Amino acid sequence: MLRYILRRLLQAVLVMFVLSLLLFAWLRSLPGGPVDAMLGERATPENRAAMRKTLGLDDPLPVQYLRFLDNAVHGNFGTSTGVQSGTDAFSLFWQRLPATVELSVFAIIIALVTAIPLGYFAAKRHGGLLDTGSVVLSLIGVAVPVFFLGFVLKYFFSIEWNLLPPTGRQSADLNATRVTNFYVLDGLLTREYDASWDAIKHLILPAIALATIPFAIIFRITRASVLDVLGEDYVRTAEAKGLSRRVIRGRHVLRNAMLPVVTTIGLQVGGLLTGAVLTETVFAFPGLGDALATAFTTRDYPVLQVLILMAALGYVIVNLLVDLAYAVIDPRVRTR
Amino acid sequence: MNPMQRKKDRIDKLAEQAAGASADVPDAGKVADTGGVSLIASAWRRLRRNPVFLVGLAVTVLFVLIAIFAPLLAPHNGQTGYLLNQVTPNDPVPGGQDGFPLGADGQTGRDLLSRLILGSRQTLIVGVCATLAGLAGGVVLGTLAGAFGGWVDTVVMRLVDVMLSLPSLLLAISVATLFGRPSQWTLIVAISVVQVPIFARLLRGSMLAQRASDHVLAARALGVKRGPITFRHMLPNSLGPVLVQATLVLATSIIDAAALSFLGLGNPDDSSPEWGQMLGKAQDYFDVAPRLAFWPAACIVVVAFGFTLMGESLREALDPKTRR
Amino acid sequence: MAVTKPTAAVVLIAASALTLSACASSKRSDNNASGGAKGNTNATLNFGAAGAPATLDPFYASDGETFRVSRQIFQGLTGFKPGTAEVAPALATSWTPSSDGKTWTFKLKTGVKFTDGTPFNADAVCKNFKRMDSQNAAGQQASEYWLTNMGGYNGAKGELYQGCTAKDDATVEIKIARPTSKFPALLGLPAFSMQSPTALDKYKANDIKAQGEGFVYPAYANAHPVGTGPMKFQSYDKTNKTVTLVRNDDYAGDEKPTIAKLVFQIIPDETARKQALSAGTIDGYDLPNPVDWPSLKKDDNLEIRPAFNILYLGLNSQVDPNLKDLKVRQALYYAINRDQLVKSLLPSGASVATQFMPKTVAGYNDSLQPYKYDPAKAKQLLSEAGKSGMSITLWYPTEVTRPYMPAPDKIFNAIKANWEAVGIKVTPKPLPWAGGYVTQTQNGKASAYLMGWTGDYDTPDNFLGSFFSDPKGQMSVGAYPWGAKFVKDLADADSMVDESARTAKYEQINKQVMEQYLPGLPISSSPPAIVFSKKVTGVTPSPLTDEHLWTAKVDK
Repeated sequence: MLRYILRRLLQAVLVMFVLSLLLFAWLRSLPGGPVDAMLGERATPENRAAMRKTLGLDDPLPVQYLRFLDNAVHGNFGTSTGVQSGTDAFSLFWQRLPATVELSVFAIIIALVTAIPLGYFAAKRHGGLLDTGSVVLSLIGVAVPVFFLGFVLKYFFSIEWNLLPPTGRQSADLNATRVTNFYVLDGLLTREYDASWDAIKHLILPAIALATIPFAIIFRITRASVLDVLGEDYVRTAEAKGLSRRVIRGRHVLRNAMLPVVTTIGLQVGGLLTGAVLTETVFAFPGLGDALATAFTTRDYPVLQVLILMAALGYVIVNLLVDLAYAVIDPRVRTR
Repeated sequence: MNPMQRKKDRIDKLAEQAAGASADVPDAGKVADTGGVSLIASAWRRLRRNPVFLVGLAVTVLFVLIAIFAPLLAPHNGQTGYLLNQVTPNDPVPGGQDGFPLGADGQTGRDLLSRLILGSRQTLIVGVCATLAGLAGGVVLGTLAGAFGGWVDTVVMRLVDVMLSLPSLLLAISVATLFGRPSQWTLIVAISVVQVPIFARLLRGSMLAQRASDHVLAARALGVKRGPITFRHMLPNSLGPVLVQATLVLATSIIDAAALSFLGLGNPDDSSPEWGQMLGKAQDYFDVAPRLAFWPAACIVVVAFGFTLMGESLREALDPKTRR
Repeated sequence: MAVTKPTAAVVLIAASALTLSACASSKRSDNNASGGAKGNTNATLNFGAAGAPATLDPFYASDGETFRVSRQIFQGLTGFKPGTAEVAPALATSWTPSSDGKTWTFKLKTGVKFTDGTPFNADAVCKNFKRMDSQNAAGQQASEYWLTNMGGYNGAKGELYQGCTAKDDATVEIKIARPTSKFPALLGLPAFSMQSPTALDKYKANDIKAQGEGFVYPAYANAHPVGTGPMKFQSYDKTNKTVTLVRNDDYAGDEKPTIAKLVFQIIPDETARKQALSAGTIDGYDLPNPVDWPSLKKDDNLEIRPAFNILYLGLNSQVDPNLKDLKVRQALYYAINRDQLVKSLLPSGASVATQFMPKTVAGYNDSLQPYKYDPAKAKQLLSEAGKSGMSITLWYPTEVTRPYMPAPDKIFNAIKANWEAVGIKVTPKPLPWAGGYVTQTQNGKASAYLMGWTGDYDTPDNFLGSFFSDPKGQMSVGAYPWGAKFVKDLADADSMVDESARTAKYEQINKQVMEQYLPGLPISSSPPAIVFSKKVTGVTPSPLTDEHLWTAKVDK
């Protein structure tokens, strides 16, 4: 057992190592770089070269990579040059993480509260108007480019009807106290309820834009799964026994149909970071996606590395934990 | 449960369906067609009467026809600035008029309608090329892993896992950035890289399932070499789910192309228009002339919708479970 | 029903939230109280910025986003007359050069204090210069403006700055190595702002480090900038991407601040900024897309700045030998329909350029006429040069817009179409701005490319010198037969002490450049704009983007 865990750990470390190496070499073999982004047209070639030298960007790649590894071991993942100049790339990750988590949680909540009931009723009235309508809606939801939807939402809700703010995370003049950097939670903790409410208003539009794809997928799975369960023998038995509809719905149909839905939700969480790049750009929402987009245009290597590696690390860790859990439960896995 | 595991499971399941189904079409000579229907035929029989499939098929066929005959259908060419003399700082986007029902595109005075029609071709090329490239990469990796097994399998699948471990658009964005000099081809490669691990896993799963199946065992017993077995028996029998997946991927490719263009990572050269690029570049004119964004967006939605309808109904038709 | 478990969870969460809230308490300050005394000046101005300030210490900055913040907090010895590029008194009330132009005596304003209470005097000025001059290795690279304008640090060979002496409390003498046209205008640049010596010392302003491929700034640059300006720094909320400044009630300048608070909200996406203005969450933003100008003029308060930039098409004969022939360069110029380009792709008020500088700069030659669009003449010149049907690679940047170049790809397309019309084969070469475009073009690796410049201050050298003073620079002028003379003429002109003689010399150089040399093709000058909502007035647009946002009048 111990040997199995060790082997898996070793593999995970190896995957991260290879990924960091690839990423590092790839980024730095590109033309241009952070110095161009910082100085633009305002510097002579000599000054430009001198700055590259000072920042250690003109050393041979292996030297640069070893220095990166050496720093990384000491907990230093480089300094941002574009997204937030001078900030440690890793601290920047932690600064931006709460915004993206908050946005993703809201998006998932919106997707769940709309998709599950809709999926359930669509299945109950299979082939009906509601069913067809919502199936078409979910398919269109997947087909609309997220950023376009974002612009349209803003156009109507912020500009035409002036209901919700178009950009940002919180109004600056609220001068809210920061505790955890989850703004909604912070407002509750410090009893600055207006700050929470303001943060929620800023979350609604980007969360809707981000929720479309998870909504469509969860809806389809719920619908298919409820359809499956409705055809199962035990539901027919329950109906035959004369159990009340409420009991059948609660105890049999919903509970059994939810299993595949729950696993799908897990699947969608990973996709949210991708959607966040687009959504956060459109709504100027200061999360990881926004940082990533800025990091690309300013060639902010350290921030790019940290963000991509952390995204991959998240997946690797979850994977590892699940595999370990399997190994504990199922002894056959260990021998494989 | 672990999202990635689910992603893998979903792909594997699709692969198994196909392998299971392929057992229905062994060497046709041995099992006489006594009422037993081939998978394709039975699928087609059901599809023919499925309105969802027919709508999807109609949209797709129409799109492909427009793309093929685009130069004949377009009233003007897509590059000449016909309305350039009307472009002024106060009216950067001339509106609809005689001969130009949708008006001009951007500040260049080109005909928007013609560019939309011509754009269908480039959109189809990007979608098809990205899918084919993803498929090719997937076939190579998947066949290697599935046919050889052993350490080849382990190495290839670790690589595939690393690729699957990155969120898909993130991977595409990274690849697009990594090229340094963006063009139509870098865009295609960026989108297709995302599809490679999906196709690879799909093929490998379905080939693994077949390795133990009767027709492969029979062929091996008859002394057929590994190469012919792989290419004559295993690969053709795995293509069903791959084609379904390809249909769905075509739709996402077109949407991803738009997203990359929006982020400024698409093809900067707009002499041959493409819908995603048109939509991405229209963001500058969102307030002045929303139609510049609306029309390409509408086209993308309709076409992606068509492909998705077709792909989903194909998937259902090929699923042995729904054949009850 | 399975209600028990969720209920338990809710109770648990509520309970833990209550426990947490016991240790988290509101630290909200009521900051509206401070501005109450001065009548209706309680207003807040929310301004949409395109990017985060790189640092709060302008000395280490070279970007407009940082300088916009610095300009509200700091003042320099000299400044600029609002709405122009003319040098005007700021912290120095007057200045006189010695006859050789190498010693400058500045009379300082008296009774001025930094916002931390430190008095502003001759001693403070010299401490500032000493601080700027004595940079460590990292600081020497990070302080781009000092490096470019002063040419070195710590008394290095060729350094322009030679020392600062406090003659008395209100008189300062600054020595420079050679006379130059840019003195004293350059002291008005935000990078050379006067900062509190106390705060500089206390927060170790010079302790900048190059680490992990970036610059790590000291505490001063991160959170403690102190100046004499009309606003003072309050906070930089990094998780919400906002920078907040509040009024400096003791501001000694003439234009008193009319707002109590200035908040910069960082919104990187252009369309998002416009929508935020329409929705009223910001009161203004910089550099609106020219396409939006008509609608912004109608619904908002669009302020158009005087054009102080130049867009040019650089040519390099070392990369493409075809370009060695003046006739070819002229043919390329005649073939471009610049009137059409200006009309369709640039904002209203943009003009066709006749030389490598905008109209307002001293040394601009009024007698020069633009190369008129003449495709027939272009064809004729090409055939005379024996280069009919030649091909050329035209570079243009992606992932960028610049005030002088709002839509690079469209400008490229227009020029490409024009050139193809006279039989030239054009190969497009798009590159991302920070992905090699800047390095390659500036290092003289591009045959023909789009580039431009926005002036820092009003001297001809800031334009011509930036393009041509390096013989091996972007257009490799040194390789032409006339190159050495041209570069020497530029250096001579810059060091002429007499202003009218200097201006005449530059006018002559401009004429030569356009008629005999033509190392590149000046295309146009475009006025950039800044936009405010209808309820905001009182900000004068500046060609140097030196807007005094603190003078805004905000109607409720």
